[in-house]
Amino acid sequence: MASDFIKLSKAKIGDYLVVHSVCGDDLRAQLLELGLTMGSKVKKLYTAPFGDPIAVDIEGFVLSLRKSEADLILVMN
Amino acid sequence: MKVALLGNPNTGKSSIFNLLTGLRQQVGNFAGVTVEKKQGTLKINDVYHQIIDFPGTYSIYPHSEDEKVVYNVLSNKDNTNYPDVCVVVLDASNLRRNLFFFSQIYDLGLPTVMVLNMIDVADRNNITISIDELKKHFPAAEIVTSNARVKLGKNRIIDAIKKTATNNASKTLFIDSLSLATVDDTEQQEKEAEIRFAKIDELLPSFVQHKPHPTKKETWSNKVDKVLTHPFWGYFIFALILMVIFQFIFSFATVPMDFIEEQFGLFSIWIAQTLPDGLFNDLLSKGIIPGIGGVAVFIPQIAILFFFLTVLEETGYMARVVFIMDKLMRPFGLNGKSVVPLISGAACAIPAVMATRTISDWKERMITIMVTPLISCSARIPVYTLLISLVIPNTTVLGFINLQGLVLFGLYALGVVSALGVAFFLKLIIKAKGKKKSYLLMEIPAYKTPRWGNVGITVFEKVKLFILDAGKIILAISIILWALASYGPGDRMEKAVDHIEQVAQENQVDEDTKSDMIASAELENSYIGIMGKFIEPAIAPLGYDWKMGISLITSFAAREIFVGSLATIYSTHDDGGENIPLKQKLLKEKRADGTPVYTLASGVSLLIFYVFAMQCMATMAVVKRETGSWSWTFYQFLLFDVIAYAGAFLSYHLLS
Repeated sequence: MASDFIKLSKAKIGDYLVVHSVCGDDLRAQLLELGLTMGSKVKKLYTAPFGDPIAVDIEGFVLSLRKSEADLILVMN
Repeated sequence: MKVALLGNPNTGKSSIFNLLTGLRQQVGNFAGVTVEKKQGTLKINDVYHQIIDFPGTYSIYPHSEDEKVVYNVLSNKDNTNYPDVCVVVLDASNLRRNLFFFSQIYDLGLPTVMVLNMIDVADRNNITISIDELKKHFPAAEIVTSNARVKLGKNRIIDAIKKTATNNASKTLFIDSLSLATVDDTEQQEKEAEIRFAKIDELLPSFVQHKPHPTKKETWSNKVDKVLTHPFWGYFIFALILMVIFQFIFSFATVPMDFIEEQFGLFSIWIAQTLPDGLFNDLLSKGIIPGIGGVAVFIPQIAILFFFLTVLEETGYMARVVFIMDKLMRPFGLNGKSVVPLISGAACAIPAVMATRTISDWKERMITIMVTPLISCSARIPVYTLLISLVIPNTTVLGFINLQGLVLFGLYALGVVSALGVAFFLKLIIKAKGKKKSYLLMEIPAYKTPRWGNVGITVFEKVKLFILDAGKIILAISIILWALASYGPGDRMEKAVDHIEQVAQENQVDEDTKSDMIASAELENSYIGIMGKFIEPAIAPLGYDWKMGISLITSFAAREIFVGSLATIYSTHDDGGENIPLKQKLLKEKRADGTPVYTLASGVSLLIFYVFAMQCMATMAVVKRETGSWSWTFYQFLLFDVIAYAGAFLSYHLLS
């Protein structure tokens, strides 16, 4: 069922999403500590001009992250 | 008793700090690192306790220099800042993320107070928190609510701190299977985050009721965000705000600045005339008072700049600026957060370099520090305006653009463009520290009206820091320069003065002209005059003579002294205004071969030199402190001055 997961960076604006996993990287601990743990609900809000960085609502607060960081986060609808 | 104030960023932690301490606070650094340490005193039952405001952080495990302080202090009982009580501030409207950090602190086993701040925002968002339920999971903690924006909750927090001493509840930890991981053990940290959030997510429904608004609450803030981050309107509004700020800094600030300058001038004259003649009189009236005046004159601009920056920060707008600028800054090795230092650089590089502390990536921070002094600061304005009015014709181009204004704009643009160019160059040669790639993880806070008390305190602290930091260096150099300008080897100066007396007698010049001539002759024969002549061969290729050389040397205290030095050497007064007598003298100045000294070529050459050259000792001292190394400071000095020399050389030879 791997095809059901997409990278957060590829999700559409306005989509309600559920975090599946955060890929192994130096930033993994930091992303988890911000609450991007498995099952957490996120919503892609808007992007900066040129499509990067992006703003995401994570269970009630807005986080901005670069596309390269959003690439590390797998989500499902 | 030591109280540590902890919490996530954007929870109103600094408001709580101000609420608890009032103005009884001091700003310094944590020992050995350039991380701001705000310390205050808190009065409980007539006993003063120390309260330390720690950097805001999302986790006890550090991801930046700032955050390391929190871990280092809390993981080491022998640390001098190790607290007796932890007060953790939480954003009540966003309990999930805030509880993660709180539970980490709680599990350290220290007496802990949970402050549910921004309880009004939670109310508005229809979030109800059951403190009794919450207390079941954190039995050893005191839990209080507050709304620091309206100064609500001070007594509750103080009572809670008192109660921690007598709290005998079982010290059951929130999660007892975990122990504090080491800084490098990211695997353990990841595991801990997963375990903690799993438990928080499981328990959250038992103490938080969230009834979403029938009409979605976020829409307002979201709509504003869509405009402020719009590809056109976002930049347009940012440009507009910048124009307003610069209008205040460059135009309105001149009123209090002129006033300060005048008052110090009058005070100098008064001292000179009141005290008995001699060394002490000269030291005060020509060294110390102008030196202090040279620092004080920048206070209005710095206060205004930080007023605006703090307001933009407080409202939450600055996060949007970082958001829309990040992609544009990245090709230059900079970060969206580099925008604030670069803007501040237009007033003064010293607070600007300090403002780079928010940039967590080491390489991006270093590049920002290295290029910020290239932004033309306000001390260059008097130099620019004098030289432009001297060598650039006052005509209009294209029918409506004033050529002098255009050149001034061009000099500022040159500063910005070269800052970006140098940043790009440094990006290629500086190696990143560690394997971590540059990243931007930043909370975009909800919009708020600024808390004016906080704004006032921040502006006051920034101005104080500038006076203490830059002030002592500018003052010290002013005194050294005064000494170098007041003394010469042997009886050289006396002889020169005798000669002028004689000439004045023969030509029947009036007293004022005579004293101007004497001042000029004294300066020429002082140590600094000799230094000016000594460097003449080095600066002759740029089109400068020794008189300009003297003025260049004196610029090391602060660039605007250039104008005053020229006025003295050309035996006129720096009238602080239009400088008409000085301009007339400068225009009449001829070289040995009869050609004028101040031509388009030499004037532009000087302007270019002032755009690039690193002349400000106070900036260098701050760069040294913030980079922690002399070599960065030296490379910066070398790089800027090579560009300045080459640029001035080229423009002189192209134009002459």
